[in-house]
Amino acid sequence: MSDIVAFNSVADEAAPQAQADRVIAGPRGRKPRRALSGRNIMIYGTLIVVALYYLLPLYVMVMTSLKGMPEIRLGNIFAPPVEITFEPWAKAWASACTGLNCDGLSRGFWNSVRITVPSTIVSIAIASVNGYALANWRFKGAELFFTILIVGAFIPYQVMIYPIVIVLREMGIYGTLTGLIIVHTIFGMPILTLLFRNYFAGLPEELFKAARVDGAGFWTIYFRIMLPMSLPIFVVAMILQVTGIWNDFLFGVVFTRPEYYPMTVQLNNIVNSVQGVKEYNVNMAATILTGAVPLFVYFVSGRLFVRGIAAGAVKG
Amino acid sequence: MQNVSVSVKDLSLSFGAVTVLDTLNLDIKDGEFLVLLGSSGCGKSTLLNCIAGLLDVSDGQIFIKNKNVTWEEPKDRGIGMVFQSYALYPQMSVEKNLSFGLQVAKVPKEEIDKRVRRASEILQIQPLLKRKPSELSGGQRQRVAIGRALVRDVDVFLFDEPLSNLDAKLRSELRVEIKRLHQSLKNTMIYVTHDQIEALTLADRIAVMKSGVIQQLADPMTIYNAPENLFVAGFIGSPSMNFFRGELQLRDQRAYVHANGVDFDVSAYPSRAPLVHGQKVVLGLRPEHVRVDEAASGAAASHRAVVDIEEPMGADNLLWLKLAGQSMSVRIAGQRRYAPGTAVTLSFDMAVASIFDATSENRL
Amino acid sequence: MAGYTQGSGRPNQWLRNLNAKIASVPMILTAVVIFLGGTIWTVVYSFTNSKLLPRLSFVGLDQYERLWDAPRWLVSVQNLAIYGIFSLIFSLVIGFVLAALMDQKIRFENTFRTIMLYPFALSFIVTGLVWQWLLNPEFGIQSVVRSAGWESFTFDPLYNADIVIYGILIAALWQGTGLVMCLMLAGLRGIDEDIWKAARVDGIPMWKTYIFVVIPMMRGVFITTLVIIASGIVKVYDLVVAQTSGGPGIASEVPAKYVYDYMFQAQNLGQGFAASTMMLITVAIIIVPWAYLEFGGGRKHV
Repeated sequence: MSDIVAFNSVADEAAPQAQADRVIAGPRGRKPRRALSGRNIMIYGTLIVVALYYLLPLYVMVMTSLKGMPEIRLGNIFAPPVEITFEPWAKAWASACTGLNCDGLSRGFWNSVRITVPSTIVSIAIASVNGYALANWRFKGAELFFTILIVGAFIPYQVMIYPIVIVLREMGIYGTLTGLIIVHTIFGMPILTLLFRNYFAGLPEELFKAARVDGAGFWTIYFRIMLPMSLPIFVVAMILQVTGIWNDFLFGVVFTRPEYYPMTVQLNNIVNSVQGVKEYNVNMAATILTGAVPLFVYFVSGRLFVRGIAAGAVKG
Repeated sequence: MQNVSVSVKDLSLSFGAVTVLDTLNLDIKDGEFLVLLGSSGCGKSTLLNCIAGLLDVSDGQIFIKNKNVTWEEPKDRGIGMVFQSYALYPQMSVEKNLSFGLQVAKVPKEEIDKRVRRASEILQIQPLLKRKPSELSGGQRQRVAIGRALVRDVDVFLFDEPLSNLDAKLRSELRVEIKRLHQSLKNTMIYVTHDQIEALTLADRIAVMKSGVIQQLADPMTIYNAPENLFVAGFIGSPSMNFFRGELQLRDQRAYVHANGVDFDVSAYPSRAPLVHGQKVVLGLRPEHVRVDEAASGAAASHRAVVDIEEPMGADNLLWLKLAGQSMSVRIAGQRRYAPGTAVTLSFDMAVASIFDATSENRL
Repeated sequence: MAGYTQGSGRPNQWLRNLNAKIASVPMILTAVVIFLGGTIWTVVYSFTNSKLLPRLSFVGLDQYERLWDAPRWLVSVQNLAIYGIFSLIFSLVIGFVLAALMDQKIRFENTFRTIMLYPFALSFIVTGLVWQWLLNPEFGIQSVVRSAGWESFTFDPLYNADIVIYGILIAALWQGTGLVMCLMLAGLRGIDEDIWKAARVDGIPMWKTYIFVVIPMMRGVFITTLVIIASGIVKVYDLVVAQTSGGPGIASEVPAKYVYDYMFQAQNLGQGFAASTMMLITVAIIIVPWAYLEFGGGRKHV
């Protein structure tokens, strides 16, 4: 009956998540009987062509990265390498130049790790507790702030960047990793809070009531009742944050100094640096290396990834 | 006011513009089994949640054992609660489920073990202690949920529709068990249900609720035989009471309810106040308070009716009749059968009938 | 009521449920200080002549006049319009057609979905760089087609100021259509299967069923997808930086890049604030009607 006070409208934004579950559920009904018919040839033909289009860039990236520069200059980008070389990969990782630095992407990689790991942990910790408070411990005004938060998710980052720069500068952490972690926590908050709030609101309310009668308080219920029941949603949130933060470029450029640049920024600096001869094989190896982490997360997590991005799609 | 266990004073609760409970008063005696009965949305569960401390009240006070607990935490109120969906912690074993609250309260280990053992003996769930809730049947889960309230060693038990998720057979089994539990423990129990059979069989007193207001608070027999108003009369009993809308007429030293051109002689009705000629009333007759006889001409105080539909139910036989153009139900013994179309005569026991004022809907 | 021990009265409302309030402090700070405060701050300062540092000396609409006189801003807006319209149309059409194909109870659905969605896991930087390479006239698609015998074949969008924005569009579609397909597929799966049976019994051809029955039923999914694509479009930045750096010349500039460049490189904060306020207005124009339709008039949530 306390549903009466529940504020349901924003919950609709989680609809993509429910929809994603339907996608995951797969097709309904019986399998097709005839394998070969005009209709099937058309459907599969189209899908295969489309699939090739999606795979083409990945294929070209890998092929280019395994060739030497002379072969690239002579040959065709679609042709497999005549002579496979891992030289470009080594160079991209360890010695490609960005301006004056020539220590490759490795520094960017470790920076990204140092940004992504704490940002993911902090943002999820804050958002999950907050979502739990919003779902189970409603207080006056909470929904108003939550609505502002969700609406804020649609405001272009460019509008809020400069005020954040000022705030971080006043706090003395502008340009540091701590500052960037706070920024990622802020901008991850709307979607994560929504995700956790809706998840916790979906758990049986009577469970929460039973725990209160049993004398458990805010934190005891969170850690001993809610957390053990919510591992899947934590995994979804983790996928969302790891890929999102790893792929970020804008915040990396704005809020850190060059020595802390994340991998995406460094990749862009290597590839688009105007000095020297363009080494396309190194560029492609560097590009694959940068994309490897989210791709790995994508292929390993599979179905949960679909849930994560469908939920994260609200972030725009 | 001696021996009052739970007392609710002028309790109100509203969510925004919606008033769920309206200046409600209720005293529950020590050791009493009180059932809050009503259809969904009547505020019965809300009231229970307020007593448990799971909802903040808008106005009024709640006392448990003479202590004002209106703003106390649930755990400090001396209550145990059993929920409809069992609400067992899925990741904990039965034993952990039972002991969780005691652990949180930092009760010594030996004491926890003692209480868990006692509760599991009473409820016969010892073999299940190591299992997870997902490995239990519905009935077993609800036993564990009752056990969780039991180990708390409290004076007041709150049940929120505890049997509604069970199938009919289990429901009646557990119903008997809850009654037995109450007889042996003698705790105060407050039990919310929408099932009138549960209410009638379990309760010492029933509070029938509608729109956040208690319509009648009385023992089951009073509720059944002398409903305070039209709502209670219609809500209790299955099939429900037959109602005839009409007018009171006093002539020749007798009283009649004149409805649809038929006169019902209500001179035997034990009314509380003198009946007034011309008053608009509703006459209520329970299906089992009607006598059915073969049609015989000349029976003066009887009414003629035609059998419309017959519903044999084994022990009983339910007849749907047409009387004065209105459909009514009559319960007779199972072995007495009437084919549809049969003409019968009816006579009524007005001593157990109910008459309500048509406008105020209150019992006369 | 003499028998009752009077407990404490109604406790302080501020202290009640204190833990939940503490847990919400980061959210409240973010919502009020950053989202609300930051936005207002930027809008206010867009009316000042701040250069290197923000200064509160108001100059009215000067910054906006200068903004709309700047060729680079006009190109940016034009690019955003072209990119926005085409990416909306193409993602919706391609996404829907792919979803409809995927919904034909096909085999290997998982495989196809995995392939179509993987680009979405990649960053815009990676996407932009891959397509920069594929569209490289010297080595990429153009040179491959030419070396196959079609000597006059020309396909160099990234080096042609007139069509550079379409080169960016191709990369964006590659990255994002998989997601649209997934959302659409979810919408299709949400439609009662009896609709299809009824349409077949009535003898309605499949394409007609899609257009006249199914698509109208998927209104909600279309609107959600539209909002997702649209608010992504306004923010497009990384992709342009990686793929063209705004070139050739200023031909592929976009508003988000204009804001960044004026705020952090040209040190003309006022221009940056004015431009970002324009972005805010654009988003508001997209979001407000949608929010009104979704949450406002008619649909009451009690």
